[in-house]
Amino acid sequence: MTNKTLVQISKDLAAGEYSSREITQDIIADIKARDSIYNSFISLSEDLALTQADAADARLTAGTADILTGVPFAHKDLFCTQGQVTTAASKMLANFVPPYESTVGQRLLSAGAVCVGKTNMDEFAMGSSNESSFFGAVKNPWDLNAVPGGSSGGSAAAVAAGLVPAATGTDTGGSIRQPASFCNLTGIKPTYGRVSRFGIIAYASSLDQAGPMCQTAEDAAIMLNAMAGFDELDSTSVQQETPDFTADLNLPLQGLKIGLPKEFFGSGLNPQVAECIMNAVKQIEGLGAQIIDISLPNLELSIPAYYVIAPSEASSNLSRFDGVRYGYRCDQPEDLMDLYCRTRAEGFGTEVKRRIMVGTYALSEGYYDAYYLKAQRIRRLIKDDFTRALSQVDVIMGPVAPTPAFDLGSNSKDPVAMYLEDIYTLSANMAGIPAMSTPAGFVNGRPVGLQIMGNYFAEAKLLNIAHQYQQVTDWHLQIPTSKGMPVSNEEKGA
Amino acid sequence: MSWEIVIGLEIHVQLATKSKLFSGAKVGFGAEANTQTTLVDLGMPGALPVFNEEALRMAVTFGTAINAEVCKHSVFARKNYFYPDSPKGYQTSQMDHPIVGLGHLDIQLEDGSTKRVGVTRAHLEEDAGKSLHEDYDGMTGIDLNRSSTPLLEIVSEPDMSNAKEAVAYMRKMHAIVTTIGISDGNMAEGSMRCDANVSIRPKGQQKLGTRAELKNINSFKFIERAINVEVQRQIDILEDGGKIAQETRLYDADKNETRPMRSKEEANDYRYFPCPDLLPVEIDDAYIDAIRQSLPELPDQRSARFVDQLGLSEYDAGVLSSSRALADYFEAVVAICNDAKLSANWVTGELAKYMNQNNVEIDAAPVSAVHLGQLISRVKDDTINSKGAKTVFDELWQQAGEVDDIIDANGLKQVSDMGAIEAMIDEVIALSPKQVQQYVDAEVEKRSKMLGFFMGQVMKASKGSANPGQVNGLFKKKLDELC
Amino acid sequence: MALENADIEKIAILARLQVINSETNDYANSISSILSLIDQMQQVDTDGVEPLSNPHDATQRLRKDEVTCDNQREAFIAIAPATEDGLYLVPKVLD
Repeated sequence: MTNKTLVQISKDLAAGEYSSREITQDIIADIKARDSIYNSFISLSEDLALTQADAADARLTAGTADILTGVPFAHKDLFCTQGQVTTAASKMLANFVPPYESTVGQRLLSAGAVCVGKTNMDEFAMGSSNESSFFGAVKNPWDLNAVPGGSSGGSAAAVAAGLVPAATGTDTGGSIRQPASFCNLTGIKPTYGRVSRFGIIAYASSLDQAGPMCQTAEDAAIMLNAMAGFDELDSTSVQQETPDFTADLNLPLQGLKIGLPKEFFGSGLNPQVAECIMNAVKQIEGLGAQIIDISLPNLELSIPAYYVIAPSEASSNLSRFDGVRYGYRCDQPEDLMDLYCRTRAEGFGTEVKRRIMVGTYALSEGYYDAYYLKAQRIRRLIKDDFTRALSQVDVIMGPVAPTPAFDLGSNSKDPVAMYLEDIYTLSANMAGIPAMSTPAGFVNGRPVGLQIMGNYFAEAKLLNIAHQYQQVTDWHLQIPTSKGMPVSNEEKGA
Repeated sequence: MSWEIVIGLEIHVQLATKSKLFSGAKVGFGAEANTQTTLVDLGMPGALPVFNEEALRMAVTFGTAINAEVCKHSVFARKNYFYPDSPKGYQTSQMDHPIVGLGHLDIQLEDGSTKRVGVTRAHLEEDAGKSLHEDYDGMTGIDLNRSSTPLLEIVSEPDMSNAKEAVAYMRKMHAIVTTIGISDGNMAEGSMRCDANVSIRPKGQQKLGTRAELKNINSFKFIERAINVEVQRQIDILEDGGKIAQETRLYDADKNETRPMRSKEEANDYRYFPCPDLLPVEIDDAYIDAIRQSLPELPDQRSARFVDQLGLSEYDAGVLSSSRALADYFEAVVAICNDAKLSANWVTGELAKYMNQNNVEIDAAPVSAVHLGQLISRVKDDTINSKGAKTVFDELWQQAGEVDDIIDANGLKQVSDMGAIEAMIDEVIALSPKQVQQYVDAEVEKRSKMLGFFMGQVMKASKGSANPGQVNGLFKKKLDELC
Repeated sequence: MALENADIEKIAILARLQVINSETNDYANSISSILSLIDQMQQVDTDGVEPLSNPHDATQRLRKDEVTCDNQREAFIAIAPATEDGLYLVPKVLD
């Protein structure tokens, strides 16, 4: 089944080529056989998956199947799954089995999709390389010496390696787009509030947004159709009608106005990445679009402002992990203080603790105005930049990251160097606008993604552009071969 | 040295909603531990809060009831601290933008005067769970049923200058919240409780003294005792040349003393910030006005009606309207006996005395309003006199029974038979020649005072059942005939 | 802004994180460098700019006052590290 798209699998299931049970069993066997190379999964949910697959097969037989019915996928291990261990890639939750399902998970289950397991990630979604996981780093299927990106690195690696056709991700500062870029996938971070956050373990509440990671824009649109929608359990969920995200995929791009912000093409950008991006933009121009130079003057401020807002919210969101009601608890606590301090010191990894401390400091007495409030004001400036730009152009394009996937271990000693990698992705989260990555070429064998950003609720427009671009390019069809795929398709018996 | 006492109260009122402030879990007292919780109240990973519209309506109702500013824009903030009864590691509260702003409350003092106490603000927040200190292998048990129960915290200005004023303020708040129906006001179950900020300063000094915060006081009686014992503690320290520490203290009712709370010793930094899981609450004038229009009669309005329509004194009206239950009781008594003044005398007199002596609140008084009304009717129609009525009241308080049955069983019916009374009077006059002579010799204006002796003799002879009015009139007539 | 080891110790207590001596220096250095990154914000004049906490400047939606869930104690208690009689157990709490 390797590298079959979600659409292909859906067609095969409808045609009776194989049952959901069969493909689910094949996929789980494949993951068991090959994932030791990538470490992209934290857990497999074989029993639950087969139960879901059987229910899907019944729907397929009864003719009540949806497009996703019977299609296997994986959840980033940040989505609470009822009866299936949910770890956030942390020792803190290594044995946590939620008695409830996230709203997104529930929606996918209702559509008949089959969750085969939970993917690796940066601990509590804090990272850009997937190296902060308690369950070990994930390797990039395109180059096993490279990181897959983060924090949704396991989801990216699993789809890129052809282990699953689609996976969920979350994006707080680029955590869907950057690993999609590093692993040659199509990934979209929807408008803030488009997808319910209920049941997804929170990192930074005002920035977190879930979205799909797939091989094609069409697959992403289908996944997003199932994932998006108003949820009364999430106060920040928007009561906006959810369109069919596949409806506009085939619209022509004639007359599309594309803004290229000069701040996205400054000295920090790897020239070969810049070349890939410009080639892609030119190709889209060739489809009838118009290129307009624009400016997002406050872009650089998104880094300091993000690294105040996200750790501040995280420091509070992660206070609930205290060893009392669930999760890790230290041995033999002497007293209450010892229970808290040792449980949290032993349960969290270094980067998580560092961000908790930064956030605790930023919110502490006397610093609130200078840090959190200041960052929120800058957030307004960033939003205003986008509002201004998007009144001139339909979408904004640029790179997802300044470089292709970097080597494992290369940034892990220096958090600030790692934070600077997020320069092009943070601003969309700050403004809450939708943004996506679509494959746009390779630099030394490592993939490069084109970022497309649009106005609030313009996901269909972004997917339309990515889909049209994918009709005239084959970057997204490339699959990792030599280093990442020791097992050939024939041996696997697809 | 003479000291001035400064008291401010923070009252926590549990709102009488069906479900919690941010989740669909049931609200209620006394359920089995941890059976009224959802993932939201338990602080489970990924759980999110959604605001209960009824809690908003109740908070706005309170704001309009005390003529406070109701804020059209209010914001929930997180107060971050670790404690086992706070499952998320923060309490969702309101900090910079509370739902209710400046207001005030008039309280009635014992000398009959009125004092205005400022209300700084009232904000919505979630209640914490409970720590159960019974020994579980040396551990503490945590019950989170109460977690996320909606609370309105009402913060006063430091305007009260003794414990009695603090109690009057608390009682008035109790009357208001129960009248507008936003809380059951059950203090024993913690539906209403308060923290008292207490400090003292030398009379005439402007600067406030260092204050102690007395936590979680849950009865009117304890408010008075706790403040008094704390004031005395502070006076003793200052007069010995010591200094007051700013700290949180707990009132121990058994020992009648306050002591520092060990759990609050460590300096806290709550790191307030707007809760990113909740959005600003925006309401408009139409919403506020509609609530204002639907307010029931408030305690002050009820008091004014008692004065205007029932002819009560300002003082009695104030006392009777100080609690919704008491005022309801009073009006029920009046409805039966149709005499507001007598009813007021009984409710603020005999009934209040018994309630005090037996430490009983009006809801639990064993004498029902109907019985008291019937009893007063029997006084009014001269069936019994007031002394007999007290006997009946005592019986009603001690055990169940009907007013007329008790009157009969105790032979308390007044003798109104003129012939029988006349015979008794004649006998007394015959047996008391000396006193009769003194009466005859006395100046006219002094005579009425001397009737007391003769009255007493007849009442004694009739075992109190003679109608005093009739006895008095007949005596006067007979004795005056002798003059 | 550079943090001293003493600052780290203070923050660690507030955040309820045990930091052992050998780690304190590392945290002080890395958090100090993060804070200097953050301090770039201070060069920008944001006077009069309204803080943004929600991208849509949306307002709170209200929930009907209804009880919508049953008692699920057994499911929740089952995943807790230490319980007795349906209670969560913690080391002795002092008033």
